[in-house]
Amino acid sequence: MTATTEAPSPEIGKDRRRKEDQRLITGRTRWTDNITLPGMLHMAMVRSPFAHAKITSIDTSAAKSGTNVVAVVTGKDIADTQGVMITAWPITPEQKAPDHPPMAVDRVAFAGDVVAVVVARSAAEARDAAELVDVEYEELPAILDIQEAAEDKVLAHPDLGTNKSAFWRFDSAAAGTGTDVDEAIAKARTDGIVIEREIEQQRLIPAFIEPRSVVVDPTGEQITMWSATQIPHIVRFALAATTGVPESKIRVIAPDVGGGFGGKLALTPEEWIAFAIARRLSKPVKYTETRSESLQSGHHGRAQHQKLALAAEKDGTVTGLKVELIADLGAYAALVGGGVPLLGAFMYNAIYKFPAYRFDCQTVFTNRTFTDAYRGAGRPEATFAVERLMDDLATRLGVDPLAIREKNWIKHEEFPFTTVAGLTYDSGNYEAATAKAKEMFGYDDLRAEQKRRRDSGDRVQLGIGVSTFTEMCGLAPSRVLGSLDYAAGGWDHATIRMLPTGKVEVVIGVSPHGQGHETAFSQIVADRLGVPFEDVEILHGDTQVSARGMDTYGSRSLVVGGEAVVRAADKVVERAKPIAAHLLEANVDDLEFAGGKFSVKGTDQGMTIQDVALATFTGHNYPEGLEPNIDAQATFDPDNFSFPHGTHLCAMEVDTETGGTKMRKYVCVDDVGTIINPLIVAGQVHGGLVQGISQALWEEAVYDEAGTLVSGSFVDYLLPTSADTISFETGHTTSPASYTKLGTKGVGEAGTIASTPAVVNAIVDAVRHLGVDDVRMPCTPERVWRAIQTAGSGGSTEGAAMPHFDESEPGTSSTEGAGA
Amino acid sequence: MTQISLTVDGTQVTDDVEPRMLLVQYLREKLGKTGTVVGCDTSNCGACTVHLDGRSVKSCNVLAVQANGHEVTTIEGLATNGELHPVQAAFRECHGLQCGFCTPGMIMQSVDLLNENPHPTEAEVRVGLEGNLCRCTGYHNIVKAVLYAAEHADEPQAEKAGVQ
Repeated sequence: MTATTEAPSPEIGKDRRRKEDQRLITGRTRWTDNITLPGMLHMAMVRSPFAHAKITSIDTSAAKSGTNVVAVVTGKDIADTQGVMITAWPITPEQKAPDHPPMAVDRVAFAGDVVAVVVARSAAEARDAAELVDVEYEELPAILDIQEAAEDKVLAHPDLGTNKSAFWRFDSAAAGTGTDVDEAIAKARTDGIVIEREIEQQRLIPAFIEPRSVVVDPTGEQITMWSATQIPHIVRFALAATTGVPESKIRVIAPDVGGGFGGKLALTPEEWIAFAIARRLSKPVKYTETRSESLQSGHHGRAQHQKLALAAEKDGTVTGLKVELIADLGAYAALVGGGVPLLGAFMYNAIYKFPAYRFDCQTVFTNRTFTDAYRGAGRPEATFAVERLMDDLATRLGVDPLAIREKNWIKHEEFPFTTVAGLTYDSGNYEAATAKAKEMFGYDDLRAEQKRRRDSGDRVQLGIGVSTFTEMCGLAPSRVLGSLDYAAGGWDHATIRMLPTGKVEVVIGVSPHGQGHETAFSQIVADRLGVPFEDVEILHGDTQVSARGMDTYGSRSLVVGGEAVVRAADKVVERAKPIAAHLLEANVDDLEFAGGKFSVKGTDQGMTIQDVALATFTGHNYPEGLEPNIDAQATFDPDNFSFPHGTHLCAMEVDTETGGTKMRKYVCVDDVGTIINPLIVAGQVHGGLVQGISQALWEEAVYDEAGTLVSGSFVDYLLPTSADTISFETGHTTSPASYTKLGTKGVGEAGTIASTPAVVNAIVDAVRHLGVDDVRMPCTPERVWRAIQTAGSGGSTEGAAMPHFDESEPGTSSTEGAGA
Repeated sequence: MTQISLTVDGTQVTDDVEPRMLLVQYLREKLGKTGTVVGCDTSNCGACTVHLDGRSVKSCNVLAVQANGHEVTTIEGLATNGELHPVQAAFRECHGLQCGFCTPGMIMQSVDLLNENPHPTEAEVRVGLEGNLCRCTGYHNIVKAVLYAAEHADEPQAEKAGVQ
């Protein structure tokens, strides 16, 4: 047998157009809401309008007589069968959390809690009848403020006795990874510099464009759930764990999913209710949320109050960082909600060589929508804090903000570097990324223009914002997750099936919702197995097809799931090799595999791996003692996180008379390790940037004093449009991750994590000479204008992040000990 | 119920509909034109954008009865003779989509924009698409795709529109 196929050029690194696109641009897409089954019923939710109330009675009689209404079900009706919403991340063994029934039974804890469900033959009829459900409430005092929540004067859950869920501390002195931060601060107070600041990380809403939708079909032996979710495997596990239905009787499918950003990293009450109702009625049911329901009751993100103290020598060498955090869980401890701040805990020291560090986090309950992961999850908050502080330090010293960073960052030759937070950064090159970014940005020219505008007193001032960031990605080493009390692992899985026709099916355990896995993973397999890109099919998102997986979040798909694919492919080659040797009548040791072909060294004899697949299909001729099968699977559990990094530079123009801001230029150079598909990477960066920029400029979930979300539609929750944004200049440096064969580091969250402080730093930089030293996010024109107007009294907007600690008593009124 | 007759993606259809039924509901629920999607309740997101007599409309903002006697084109009817519309091809070429949920509306709006202004500037594209929200792309590559489509409008499309 002589194989003549040319070795194809490497797929990895090629800007392949996406396989996914064909169906998406022609409307041939399978969103959950597109699914219609025979006899399918539609659900509409009745939700609490109150932030905190007892349910005193529910009268369903009028609703039950609505046109084509099949059932009206309350929490009491299914209290024993609906299961319970669980958290996978109790961050301490003592963590307190209220029960979270999918449908409230006797009390509601936020405006949006479901109290009844109407099931009808059409969605419109269900919604009509939902208006007829008469619920009597007895209002209870609601706690809505994150800092007041920590005082326990009004309780979100009276039976819990406190709003405090868990207190978690990392202390470098105690951990042996550094020195004592209080000593560093005390010393800096006498002969150094102390920067203190409080920052409000406003509530954000993930606001994926596809509203969540769920269909449950109880007919047949397995109960099938289609859900617009990032995590079909975790949903299946949790349904089984909380409803008593055997896991083997549940199939969860995430079909095409329209964005997630962490917002669909969720177990949703609506999924659980749909599951319960379908079982109760023995009919398929569908629920698709309205946008208002999505904004009101899908989980929110950020919602943290940060209190920070940075100590430094007079020359700008940072000697310590102390972080005291209150994180708002909202009404319940959601799937990983409690753990989100911990994903930031190891990142406050960022790219710097701080010798002392302490992180205290108090999680609290309030009567607002529960919070959980939103793109970046913990790391944007950490990055924002430290990058704002580094700018403060530069200002205090009168030096360039890049210079103060360079003075403190880990130098290229110092990798691998174990940080004060105990993580080992395996690779990186901050000098290279920064040099490239400065050049692309035209840093010196823009600084010169800034000076000209300042000197001339231009009405429009220019500011330059810097953000040199790193993040921990590739979630995650299972043992590390275990040590942080996370309930699951961080491995992922891949199976490769070699079909007799030469096609290759790759089953992945990660679950894409816009990231282009079908393309990027095909490129990996094409290179690894030497098969054409077009011959690779990526299967995902269905627990009956993909039996094992940990799904998609935390920039993990490529880093963990991609590596599992690589290892499965290598096993395919290993399994195929003795069969190829047998067929070629050669010794295994004389075979080499390259470009998809097994060749006998020193001869022109060879056969493709696809020929071997066909030979195992026929099974006519294969070695004794082997199986006629070269399929393989691999589970990859990373040894470490990955640490992408980058330098982001932003130029903002600020109209000093109106407070209006305008982005002039944004340049970023990201090191995300090996790049599989530069087109997809660029897209991830662009989208991430706008979400981070949007936190800085536009987005905030706003509640009124009664606990009603007033930004509950796209009229009021300000997503940016194409007219609000600019085109970006992106570049890369590459330091491959050292602990995987692929060397990828993850890119999904980079833009979001890095961009927020770059924008705010730029705005402050534009008007600092007018006395402004901070503007609270989102930096609306009003807030910027007020900051300029009040420059004489400190230059900050009311309620904005501003240094106001009592210098004689560091830590006063902090969260220290709050969880004791 | 009111009877309506209209042309959707080149096919004549007749149905009895509730007067309150939105055009987008009619397309999705009665005709199975699920390529057109719903992203919000307030006509902000533009995901449901279709063409009514050749002009873009948000189909959540039009009653089905208002489409009586008119011609509707959805994303499913945009390709002709098995060839992608240049704007569809440009979105693919420029990676102007990620999750793809906003994409049908974004493409339909882009086609309308280019019909009005075949050679827009970047700023004109950005303003022309401001009624359509995307959460994935940061708009960067969408804008690029529209400019690319304008540049390559007259070239034949290599990509076939049907199932591969």
